[in-house]
Amino acid sequence: MATTGNYVGSTVLRKEDPELLTGQASYVDNQSMPGMVWMALVRPPYVHARITGIDTAAAKAMPGVVGVYTAEDLELGALPFVWPITEDIKVPVHYPLAKDKIRFHGDAVAVVVAETRGLARDAAETVHAQVEELPAVTDLEAAMADGAPVIHEDLGTNVTVHWSHGGGGDQSVFESAPVIVEERYSQPRLIPNAIEPRGCLAWGVPAMGEYTLISATQIPHIVRATLGGTVGIPESKLRIVAPDVGGGFGSKLNVYAEEALALAMAKATGRPVKWIEDRQENYVATIHGRGVIHDCTLAGTEDGQILGLKFVEIADLGAYYQLLTPGIPELGGWVYMGPYDPQAYWYEFSGVLTNATPTDAYRGAGRPEATYVLERLVDAFARRIGMDPAEVRRKNLVPRFTEARPAISGLSVDSGDYHATFDRALEMVGYEDLRREQAERRDRGDVKQLGIGLCTYIEMCGLAPSNILGALRYAAGGWDACTVQCLPGGEVVLKIGTSPHGQGHATTWAQIAADALGVTPDDVRVLHGDTAVAPLGMDTYGSRSVSVGATALHLALEKIKEKARTLAAHELEVAEDDLEFANGTYTVKGAPDKARTIADLAASAWHAHAIPEGFEPNLEATAVFDPPNFTWPGGAHICVSEVDTETGAVEILRYVAVDDCGTVINPMIVEGQLHGGIAQGIAEALYEEAIYDDHGNLVTSLMTQYLVPGATEIPAMELDRTETPSTTNPLGVKGIGEAGTIAAPPAVVNSVVDALAHLGVTDVGKPATPERVWSAIRRAEGGAA
Amino acid sequence: MAHVAVTVNGALHEADVEPRTLLVYFLRESLGLTGTNVGCDTSSCGSCTVLLDGESVKSCTLLAAQVDGREVTTIEGMATDGEMHPLQDAFHRNHGLQCGYCTPGMIMAAVSYLTENPSPTEEEVREALEGNLCRCTGYQNIVASILDAAGRMAGAKV
Repeated sequence: MATTGNYVGSTVLRKEDPELLTGQASYVDNQSMPGMVWMALVRPPYVHARITGIDTAAAKAMPGVVGVYTAEDLELGALPFVWPITEDIKVPVHYPLAKDKIRFHGDAVAVVVAETRGLARDAAETVHAQVEELPAVTDLEAAMADGAPVIHEDLGTNVTVHWSHGGGGDQSVFESAPVIVEERYSQPRLIPNAIEPRGCLAWGVPAMGEYTLISATQIPHIVRATLGGTVGIPESKLRIVAPDVGGGFGSKLNVYAEEALALAMAKATGRPVKWIEDRQENYVATIHGRGVIHDCTLAGTEDGQILGLKFVEIADLGAYYQLLTPGIPELGGWVYMGPYDPQAYWYEFSGVLTNATPTDAYRGAGRPEATYVLERLVDAFARRIGMDPAEVRRKNLVPRFTEARPAISGLSVDSGDYHATFDRALEMVGYEDLRREQAERRDRGDVKQLGIGLCTYIEMCGLAPSNILGALRYAAGGWDACTVQCLPGGEVVLKIGTSPHGQGHATTWAQIAADALGVTPDDVRVLHGDTAVAPLGMDTYGSRSVSVGATALHLALEKIKEKARTLAAHELEVAEDDLEFANGTYTVKGAPDKARTIADLAASAWHAHAIPEGFEPNLEATAVFDPPNFTWPGGAHICVSEVDTETGAVEILRYVAVDDCGTVINPMIVEGQLHGGIAQGIAEALYEEAIYDDHGNLVTSLMTQYLVPGATEIPAMELDRTETPSTTNPLGVKGIGEAGTIAAPPAVVNSVVDALAHLGVTDVGKPATPERVWSAIRRAEGGAA
Repeated sequence: MAHVAVTVNGALHEADVEPRTLLVYFLRESLGLTGTNVGCDTSSCGSCTVLLDGESVKSCTLLAAQVDGREVTTIEGMATDGEMHPLQDAFHRNHGLQCGYCTPGMIMAAVSYLTENPSPTEEEVREALEGNLCRCTGYQNIVASILDAAGRMAGAKV
């Protein structure tokens, strides 16, 4: 257990747990208000249809129904979209309720407010849209084809954006290199599946025009800054509260129609309005992730040198843009070189509208897509030249660097030690022994073959330097803010602009403050997730909270210490330079009995009876941190799996991960983030896929059809780490929220292909379901025959 | 309306409810016991797991009317005299929860399972959690928590 002064770097059990363990959490559905009514949305059973009428009469006549509204009844603006990534991007207009056309299953045409949850649902089922059905297209490539149904006629095309990173280095290697490997990889749509569905509760003081929205969101500050225009409430009169939030994974990094509609209904009815999503709604109306196809080219040499990497991607955007939609592929566009050092780089993508749920940020957001194709391609290269994939990686990993280093993608990587993580992972897994066992099984022709899948990766996180976001045409900044208050009784309150949903911020931030001020984490209260309490902030996504938010906390703590030093010098009647500071106490050098603790100083700064002239009462400070760079974690993951060549079944035998996320504040929480991220990556590799039928219906529309893995599908993971401090922030921290989801899919799929490589299998698709694996084996056999 | 008399966490509650009322909404909305969460409405995720006469059930797939005359235990009934149940304590000490949404269901499923099998193996715990999904932890520390609690509970009984 940590002692005073060294909580950072130690496991501290979570401050968040007691309420979550005893059923006292504040999830939005646990909250209600006097006079509260329930909202339900009418989502007609069409995928693509022109609306000719909406019949609300039956619903309006039902006892207990407070109101039924269509787009015509409400003067709502379009939903916010904040990342027009190119000058000529075509932006579909996206209203909270569909006006002219239904464009995907999640499109709502009316909203019902009633006295109870059940009544609202019952009434919504009686509302019918009269429509003229249109041909639908949910297949990405079909939506690009000539003659495809156009989803937004005013845009004239489904291909609404093309973004090119442009080249880096000598592009001629893609023609002239001794070895050219070309592959096409497809990654299906995924459904994020936070176990808590979305939901919100809105109410107002109509006479004042003031409204509050409690929402299961990752981004209360961004909701407040962007939703006012949609609902006609000035930002200053809008308060957004993120209570306890039951998981996000990017799916709650958005501003949704239902949030706007709940506020609109609170305005229209004058009563508190609650909406809770059910799981079927969640599958169609909450964003999906991935849904991309890449054409990939690796230029290399026969002895394993990677000379050039080129990727041309098409991305399924869905029926509208949500908050960030076309920006997600671009986020990956800076990491397609991975931890390697090619001489040439190319990345471009086209974004395509389909009659499907909008895609947006899902854990990793662009970087898992990039890492998957890169790491698959490196393995394909190794097979082509007949070299061990570990050897290829060793040859190409950038050597250790502790100062920022320019990458060929154009940004600058903060620090890295990729060989250290890779060597440690190979050692932990016993790589050479596994290769021997694999050879023996192959020689024997075993039914169950062994595969060893490697992934060495980097990620770009800690979003983000505001000037770079501006250059990328993102509408907001990437700073964060923290206010530290030292209360006169000796406790410390932190008000911070990050907004967690399971990450343990209250504990981690308390550890940092406790060390700085000489108190214990129990003395520190962390307040966040409420724009009225912590008004400055940019919220939680992109593994940014520790590297941006906690750095703002660190800087505010430094200000507190400076202010306290001034007051201590005044009270002890010495010069500030005559003081030394340790364990929260200023002591006069050489006179240890002359001392003031931070708590003493907080009290005297509060009563302010005898403070220096010009000294502001209270021991309180705010800092805002805008990072000079992203942070760039890296590491190596190795998956060992057994593939049944008769059934196609895959079983993961071992999963080893060695990650480097810079300085670690709480190892227990870092490991927890990795466990969850890796599990989601394994799910992506082996189980999960959102499937649409030919008519555009989501076939995997229930949890019984979309395979979120359980405890028996996820193996015990073996973790280790190295710590190479980031040069981006004074804490040296990098972030760990997305690493597992970025590294695991290629490690797992590479292991499956590796198990079958001697049979001639080069791809099994993702997810590598038994059927796909079995088919790949049969195809390879057929090819050989 | 259906009349329901049910003992929840040791206290008898009587209420008239719509016949279609699910047990989970009876607990949450009629009794104000919001510790039991709803994740899917289709008995897939297990967030709503409670004990019915000591055995784990998914309260989103039972009607309130079906529990008339029976005993229900929810997460709110697990601590005694302010002391957390060994499973709650083990989840805390082993970081067996992150967002916490699946946690009450996980704990109730584990309570029921450890009654059947007080000293399970890791593999058995994983199989026992078949009906409960978690999206945050990768199950590793949930499994560790349950094994830890099993050890302590077995020790306490000796």
